[in-house]
Amino acid sequence: MFQFIVRRLLQTIPVVIGVTLLVFSLMHLIPGDPAQIIAGESAQPRQVELMRERLGLNDPVYVQYVRYMKNMLQGDLGQSIRSSRNVVDEIKPRFWITVKLAIYSTMLSVFIGLTAGVFSAVRRYGLADSTIMVVALFGLSMPNFWLGLMLIQFFSIELSLLPPSGWGTWKQTILPVITLGTGGAAIIARVTRSSMLEVINQDYIRTARAKGLSERLVIYKHALKNAMIPVITVVGLELGVLLSGTVLTETVFSINGMGRLVIFSIGARDFPVVQGVVLIFALLFVLVNFLVDISYRYFNKRVDLN
Amino acid sequence: MFHLATKNEQEASKADVTVSNWQLVYRRLKKNKAALWGGYVLLFLILLAIVGPYLTVHDPLRVNFSARLLPPSAEYWLGTDHNGRDIFTRLIYGMQITLFVGFSSVFVGALIGVPLGIISGFYGGAIDSVIMRIIDVLLAFPGILLAIALVSVLGGSIGNVIIAVAVFSIPTFARVVRGSTLTIKKLEYIDAVRALGATDLRIIVKHILPNILSPIIVQATLRIAIAILVASSLSFLGLGAQPPSPEWGRMLSDGRNYMFDYPHVALFPGLAIAFVVLAFNLFGDGLRDALDPKTKK
Repeated sequence: MFQFIVRRLLQTIPVVIGVTLLVFSLMHLIPGDPAQIIAGESAQPRQVELMRERLGLNDPVYVQYVRYMKNMLQGDLGQSIRSSRNVVDEIKPRFWITVKLAIYSTMLSVFIGLTAGVFSAVRRYGLADSTIMVVALFGLSMPNFWLGLMLIQFFSIELSLLPPSGWGTWKQTILPVITLGTGGAAIIARVTRSSMLEVINQDYIRTARAKGLSERLVIYKHALKNAMIPVITVVGLELGVLLSGTVLTETVFSINGMGRLVIFSIGARDFPVVQGVVLIFALLFVLVNFLVDISYRYFNKRVDLN
Repeated sequence: MFHLATKNEQEASKADVTVSNWQLVYRRLKKNKAALWGGYVLLFLILLAIVGPYLTVHDPLRVNFSARLLPPSAEYWLGTDHNGRDIFTRLIYGMQITLFVGFSSVFVGALIGVPLGIISGFYGGAIDSVIMRIIDVLLAFPGILLAIALVSVLGGSIGNVIIAVAVFSIPTFARVVRGSTLTIKKLEYIDAVRALGATDLRIIVKHILPNILSPIIVQATLRIAIAILVASSLSFLGLGAQPPSPEWGRMLSDGRNYMFDYPHVALFPGLAIAFVVLAFNLFGDGLRDALDPKTKK
């Protein structure tokens, strides 16, 4: 296991380097003169020159990248153009808000998805099964920012039950988490169902039943555990979707997390902050994938890294 | 009489043998009611996007303050927005944008992703490693983040949304195609045509591509659903279509401030997105089942 973790850790190094390269190049993908665009159209040539100096755009590209990496390894992601604060300081207070939102939503989608998927599989082709699958397909097709708006409309405006915005109290948590978790729940329910159906027809399930085990034990202990591998894959992928989905959810519910920060910074042409947040999101996702691979190993000893 | 019957039978059995793969797929698709409905709805929507502008007397962009925020009525089927524009008309014109963005971004994504996947799978070795590492890096950006990052530097417009969503689709195509190519490459007939002196290009175009077409088509259908969701998300965030565009995500973000008193301005654009995406998902799911060789009988 230890060897596996080390090997998997080494594999992430090229990906992380690639990610930093891509994030670094974002500034250079800006059509035209980045310094001019960031300084604004009405900026004087002197201001543009100052901006170029400030962003270090006068040096050759590889010098810029080496400097970028050096600073990054020391925990320095540059300076916000808008507030002149360190990008890291801009991100820090918002980091956990976004991570919590993503984790709670994942928990919700795993819980609902697994329950609905198993329920559907056990009652295959019944009314409950069809209903769940139709609802799941709709949940998958719905834009989550729209779901958020509708939830606000119903629970905050019509019923005045839950606050329409903000983050901190448990009441403020409910609507954003439902908004963000629904799509994932739908996908997990579908995958769980088909994975369970495949497993339920296996010989060892018949054996388990023949031994006289209770149906509950057969389903939850024998079938579900073996049906988990594809489910974990999807949960890992969904975590990525959920991470980036925070951008929309935070915008809808006015939550001051990293997602809203990135949208705000794009509007303010604050590219160092945009780069910083994008980098943090990507690194978080690389970490998630790493953890997912390790949990594979736990659920299925046969997984071979190569 | 007897003779005739036998002949008919012969014809019938001959027809059965020569029945093309696509007919087979259509037959199976026909059995899947949900997929068939998804297909019909898609055809209907495409038709609506084409002829729709002739069905409505309203203008999607013209501002009319005397008709602001009206509820649905006989004249304004789905009501009007904060600028007095007919929402139904805007949805029709918005559908043209939605379908265009969905199809073109996935097409461009496939145009780049499919060759990358084929080259990766066919040649293997170093080139495979390089391509797959690049794909890994693209996939390290979760969900729509890559599209957001690209649009943030390119600027907000429909064209840039198409580029961003296309780039976002490349990794999926490359991975799926690489996997299928690896499977096909190992089959004996590829060795046979190679022994006959076929060039790599000929093998790829004539023998591999036709055989990996079905996963590509399934993937493309499902990707269009995702592309439409991503594109409307970008526009909702203000990073895509700009006002007064009747793009659906844009309509939602424009209508946001009015929806508390006039829910219809936010209800219908969202339903429209969900409806179109659902149709693509149903059809894509059905196609996958119909094209899956495992269920071939």
